[in-house]
Amino acid sequence: MRKITYDQAANEAIQEEFRKNPRSVHMSTDLAADLAEEFGTDRIRVTPIAENSLVGAAIGLAGSGFRAVVNLRMATFGFVALDQMMNHAAKITYMFGGQAKFPILIRMTVGAGFSGAAEHSISPYSMFMNVPGLKILLPTTPYDVKGLLKTALGDPNPVISFEPFMLGRTETEVPEKEYFIPFGKAAVRRRGTDVTVVALGRMAHEALEAAAEVEGKISVEVIDPRTLVPLDRDSILRSVRKTGRLVVVDEACRTCSAASEIVALATSDRPTFARLRAAPAQVCGLDVPIPFSPPMEKFVIPDRAKILRAIRGAMRRPST
Amino acid sequence: MQSDDKVLIELYTTMLTIRRFEERLVREVFAGNIPGFVHSYIGQEAIAAGVCRHLTKRDRIVSHHRGHGHCIAKGADLKRMMAEIYGKKTGYCKGKGGSMHIADFSVGMLGADGIVGAGLPISTGAAFAAQLEGRGDVAAVFFGDGACNEGEFHEALNLAGIWKLPLLFVCENNQYGVNTPAAYAMAAGEISRIPKAHNIPCRVVFGNDVEEVHRVAGSAVAGIRKGGGPFFLECRTYRWHKHFLSQGLEDLRPAAELEEWKRKCPVASFEKKLRGRGVLSPAKIRTIDDRILRRVEEAHAFALRSPYPQPQDALQDIYST
Ligand SMILES: Cc1ncc(C[n+]2csc(CCOP(=O)(O)OP(=O)(O)O)c2C)c(N)n1
Ligand SMILES: [Mg+2]
Repeated sequence: MRKITYDQAANEAIQEEFRKNPRSVHMSTDLAADLAEEFGTDRIRVTPIAENSLVGAAIGLAGSGFRAVVNLRMATFGFVALDQMMNHAAKITYMFGGQAKFPILIRMTVGAGFSGAAEHSISPYSMFMNVPGLKILLPTTPYDVKGLLKTALGDPNPVISFEPFMLGRTETEVPEKEYFIPFGKAAVRRRGTDVTVVALGRMAHEALEAAAEVEGKISVEVIDPRTLVPLDRDSILRSVRKTGRLVVVDEACRTCSAASEIVALATSDRPTFARLRAAPAQVCGLDVPIPFSPPMEKFVIPDRAKILRAIRGAMRRPST
Repeated sequence: MQSDDKVLIELYTTMLTIRRFEERLVREVFAGNIPGFVHSYIGQEAIAAGVCRHLTKRDRIVSHHRGHGHCIAKGADLKRMMAEIYGKKTGYCKGKGGSMHIADFSVGMLGADGIVGAGLPISTGAAFAAQLEGRGDVAAVFFGDGACNEGEFHEALNLAGIWKLPLLFVCENNQYGVNTPAAYAMAAGEISRIPKAHNIPCRVVFGNDVEEVHRVAGSAVAGIRKGGGPFFLECRTYRWHKHFLSQGLEDLRPAAELEEWKRKCPVASFEKKLRGRGVLSPAKIRTIDDRILRRVEEAHAFALRSPYPQPQDALQDIYST
């Protein structure tokens, strides 16, 4: 099967869906050259640097019967558009009593690991999870980003796709044949029986490497939720009930994170709680802004070694 | 005449310092020795030099992602700048900021901000402080043409306008935000129309002519100091390198346009003028250049021999104590 990059796969999703729906519009500060070539500059707009207004325009387009895609590039630039995302996109369907649909896709990159420093590195998805009304994607492979974006481009709601910056150029096999990935369906990336590792974003890859490293000694099940809203609670709980151990890995800061939400999910579900054999562990970004200098940056974000430590910790017999 | 010459030589020295510092960085970035994103100021040196020559240490400036020139012109230390860019512990921000976030509060450089447009509201606060302090100090904010399309820009102009803040807006119109031409992105056509709509006086200058920048900024700053309220300076210029220094990044600007602007080099054209007027001899220029190159080399050596921060240093400075 052919291999394409994450960025190419995302682009293909937009191309395929834009071919089907002439009432769809794309906005980004950089020229999306191949989209513009195919669909013309009426629908594919290069914009001024004005994030808040782009999201606002997307809402207005959507409320007027169009589908709008906004590429905000980095999540930190997305913060400039928080008013339109949090106060409006998230609430407008509900607040107006469901009178209109708001099919909007907002894309932005997340994560650290490239010395971008605090204003270009962040993983803020849990902030958005805390605002009902938004669907939230966190695709981690070219295959997934294509399938999820295609579903997003058929969804009648505001969807935010958080795409790990470091994965943009990674390649995997992506079929030419059309496919969709439903929201709320986790991918079990590796089957195992001793520990469940729920790994988000780029950490899904780190977790798989960690799992491979202890192969034969510890049987690790790796789950990638792929979408955070809706979250595939059943797959996570089923796995934890099987293994009795849970490690959640998330690059975002730990406080009020998607990771802490997943731990709460497992511990507040009675049958799952009853089967826990170790305290759930969180391997998260430290609660600091991302520092520039590589030794400090490396220190504050999770990596394979930290994941391995947590897996081994979960396996240790609790001292009595 | 003597003192005028002194100012001219200072302007030249500042510009050449920025140029040599940036040239060194270009080499190091492309050799893969510097982490992160580095936005080169080459081509725009006259603006930082011409404006900052009128500012004292008590006057505060706010800068943006392309900020090395503003730091140097405001009197920041090359060693600590270079160390920061290398991510070393001895850098201005102890390695936490990098190229895009150098600050030196001791010389009134309130920091470079990497979020386009974000420095503008911050500068209104610095100007508000100067107004409250009542010593005749001013604030200045540097920003690009692209930033003029952010909401924060318009809000900051209005705020400065209604409160008559002692604030100099310095728009470095290099005609592109990444690859998007200002001519496309801005409905006003001329940036100068926007401050006028806010009742803020505005002048457009050729940003590669340091004497012009210096002269117009001088009368603007003098007016602001006397309580005249904000002033807007649009400087037409061009950046020589890609948006940031990177092999992979696309540069969609016409090659001929870049070549044309390189012929309008702010440093070379000023040097030629000064030589023509007999202000600087080739020998004097060599002396100045040698001294600058030595300082840049020293800064570079300092950065290289400085230690990296300890990983755990990442946990410091989250809050002040
Ligand atoms: C809010 C925000 N949006 C987008 C970016 C990405 N970005 C960094 S610089 C830049 C272009 C800025 O253009 P301009 O203001 O003209 O400054 P120049 O780079 O030309 O000096 C963009 C889009 C950002 N840093 N912040
Ligand atoms: Mg510009």
